[in-house]
Amino acid sequence: MSFKDKVVLVTGGSRGIGRSIAVGFAKAGASTVVISYAGNEAAAQETVGLLQAAGAKAEALKFDVSDAIACANAIEGVVKTHGRLDVLVNNAGMAVDGLVMRVKDDDWDKQLDTNLKGAFALIRAASRPMMKQRSGAIVNVTSVVGEMGNVGQAAYSASKAGLIGLTKSVARELSSRNIRVNAVSPGFIGTDMTSHLSDELRQKMLEGIPLGRLGNPEEVAQAVLFLSGDASSYITGEVLRVNGGMYM
Amino acid sequence: MSTSAIETKVKGIIADQLGVGEDEIKVESSFIEDLGADSLDIVELVMAMEEEFEVEIPDEEAENIKTVGDAINYITNHKK
Repeated sequence: MSFKDKVVLVTGGSRGIGRSIAVGFAKAGASTVVISYAGNEAAAQETVGLLQAAGAKAEALKFDVSDAIACANAIEGVVKTHGRLDVLVNNAGMAVDGLVMRVKDDDWDKQLDTNLKGAFALIRAASRPMMKQRSGAIVNVTSVVGEMGNVGQAAYSASKAGLIGLTKSVARELSSRNIRVNAVSPGFIGTDMTSHLSDELRQKMLEGIPLGRLGNPEEVAQAVLFLSGDASSYITGEVLRVNGGMYM
Repeated sequence: MSTSAIETKVKGIIADQLGVGEDEIKVESSFIEDLGADSLDIVELVMAMEEEFEVEIPDEEAENIKTVGDAINYITNHKK
């Protein structure tokens, strides 16, 4: 799988799954990998170092994906600086857990704005340069929780389910310009986001995973790379599950 | 800006966007029927004209812009 001469933007790329995706592109030969991050400067710089070590030009942009103007500016900046945009990976996401009766409006909005509206704003901005290029790939990182629901994650699951609808609609709209739009749906992956779970809950979740273990971020990255490159040239509007069989 | 200057610019945008020769673009040309545009092309054309002429073309107005002449007229009438 080669991404030679490709310019890639991965949101939420400083840590966790996003970092693995970004590094995966760099190792697969992408000429330029741009990551966005919300605030963790040290992690972002560390990722930039990893990307450069893998031979890619790397850049870290600090912006909040829930800010549509910042998203438009970021895409414009990438196209201006690097000349094109071949792959957009909407990976930035956040979760604030709580039973539905106790969910605060603010927490609901924050999750929908970051996980769903952010992806929309970036797709809207990226679709124009990609249409001009007559090529492009967009991959949205959704979640098993968007497909099967989860206690305490009403907002998170709504946002992730929304991403699947967004993926399919945009796949249809942009298909005539050779732009493919797909989603990757990770299951229970070992990252900061899942590290706070109690041993008891972790054990219970493992019982629901046929492969009997957590996934790792690299395994998600491989799926994202597949859907971003020529190996998947006839696949659009698809949701690729990377969940160890947790949901089939 | 004179109407003929607008016409020249509009034709330039259309040629660039649709990849057709400027000599093929007549005032009476229909974007879809004569110039081979699809709905995405129309959206891109509208956005390109909005940028070039600093006008806003609302969706309900854009629907009525079917020919090159319609576009030139709209811009002539709305450009500040």
